[in-house]
Amino acid sequence: MQFKSMILSNSEVSPGYWKMRMTAPTEFSLAQPGQFVMVRVNSAIDPLLRRPFGIFDVGMHTPDYSGAAAQPYFEILYRVVGKGTSMLAGLHETDQLDVLGPLGKGFDLGTAAERKIIVGGGVGLAPLYMLARELVKQSSVSLYAGGRTRDDILCITEFERLGVECYVATEDGSLGKCGLVTEALVSSLSNGNGETSIYACGPHGMLKAVAGIAAEHDIYCQVSLEGYMACGVGACLGCVTPGRNHTVDTPDFRCVCAEGPVFDGKELGWGC
Amino acid sequence: MKPDMSVTIAGINLRNPVMTASGTFGYAEEFAEYVDLETIGAFVTKGLSLKPKAGNPTPRIVETPGGMLNAIGLQNVGIDAFIAKKVPFLRSVNTPAIVNFFGNTIDEYVEMASRLNEIPEIAGLEINISCPNVKQGGIVFGTDPQCAAEVVSACRKATTKALIVKLSPNVTDVTVMARACQDAGADALSLINTLTGMAIDLERRKPVLANITGGLSGPAIKPVALRMVWQVSKCVKVPIIGIGGIMNATDALEFILAGASAVQVGTASFINPSAAQEIAAGMEKWLADKGVADIKSLIGALE
Repeated sequence: MQFKSMILSNSEVSPGYWKMRMTAPTEFSLAQPGQFVMVRVNSAIDPLLRRPFGIFDVGMHTPDYSGAAAQPYFEILYRVVGKGTSMLAGLHETDQLDVLGPLGKGFDLGTAAERKIIVGGGVGLAPLYMLARELVKQSSVSLYAGGRTRDDILCITEFERLGVECYVATEDGSLGKCGLVTEALVSSLSNGNGETSIYACGPHGMLKAVAGIAAEHDIYCQVSLEGYMACGVGACLGCVTPGRNHTVDTPDFRCVCAEGPVFDGKELGWGC
Repeated sequence: MKPDMSVTIAGINLRNPVMTASGTFGYAEEFAEYVDLETIGAFVTKGLSLKPKAGNPTPRIVETPGGMLNAIGLQNVGIDAFIAKKVPFLRSVNTPAIVNFFGNTIDEYVEMASRLNEIPEIAGLEINISCPNVKQGGIVFGTDPQCAAEVVSACRKATTKALIVKLSPNVTDVTVMARACQDAGADALSLINTLTGMAIDLERRKPVLANITGGLSGPAIKPVALRMVWQVSKCVKVPIIGIGGIMNATDALEFILAGASAVQVGTASFINPSAAQEIAAGMEKWLADKGVADIKSLIGALE
């Protein structure tokens, strides 16, 4: 759906990373973990295109003053990387934005018996919080969060509050283990896996590594991808990614916005 | 009084002059959730070829000031899948569907035209001789008036449906191409396709697009498009469909004044999926406010 949304809060949660809470229509509460929104930063022609953001969470906002009705909201977690996100960081409570969503196909929540492992790199944690909130209702959940420095490790206390077991790795060692988050993941898988399922979102290199590790251990792995997209509804075909059988002569492109952004790691062509 | 917004392009009756541009509205069903598809004049579907086409590697799009570059490379499902999977939806909507198509050779263009001619649900054909993003075909036919005339005249013989030719702005003189296509049997001309452009990532010292160059669209190209529509309208008799950076009703009406009988909305649909519907409604309101009884009285009415 397309709707006008009012900002309820917009604050920096770590240097360069922001979280925005915005009003949503009642039907928005049906959003699935892993789905995303396309936000129009302003009504001018620069920036021209909407920006895609994973949905961090949905809920009901109760205003401070008594007697006010509870208001459905959703949240996005974003990194300031360019003009659009800089402008977004400059917005305040009561400012209005045009939003399209929830869009795309979200995560398959799997079965209760499985142990769930979530792997997030930097702002890749954005679509994983709502997922964790759903998964802890039925399974034991571990989170492996990675980043270059401690500034890239976001919202860990919020995951902990859900009862998620959190492991942190930073490349400079400023928080948690020193190294890549995928190294921590590998060592956790070394002593038997039983029924395990992996969910990952982050930089392409990290996702490729996670999908590879999952395949080696024969574990079902879902990855959430990013893509340069103009429309978010499957029309522009800007955001395609190569599928498992893709070759130049036998094309197998998957549309990230419409067929994803969540894919079975085995379905994608990681070599391309 | 409710203004008369209807126009006829190449024998196709449109409830209003607002069409969606090829490659920006999928096969219409992608937008059904956001737009009342029966408030739009006509759809033009994504460029279609005989065989499915993979398109270019990514990144395929990048935003530029007031516009965007794309190098999708005509990715499409191919005519068999189009007939099996896309036509049933188009049949269910009471809005004319026009199919944009292309080939690598004149024979392929002709085969496409004759196969599309057999599909009753299709109101008209738009020949794409202007895609800047594929190496073979496409633009070759769009930059040489002799080649353009050959392909149009061959397609003309293969179909009785309305035949629209979409022109490239990447030529020395667009009026030469326009006349060549008209004389070869085009029923209408649509212009402009995207302007070839490029974006560079300074830090990586590389082009942003995998294809290196791409087609520029969006508000940035509107002045160029308006000028070309105006120029072409002075030298052809067939109706013109104006395209290029139309974001709102004002932009659309400017194209009508410049000589277009209809317009296509492209990039705007990416930003606002209901853009075409809103533009059609906005145009009607402008006419009502100004006491203009019939949109047709504004075509080429530049003073």
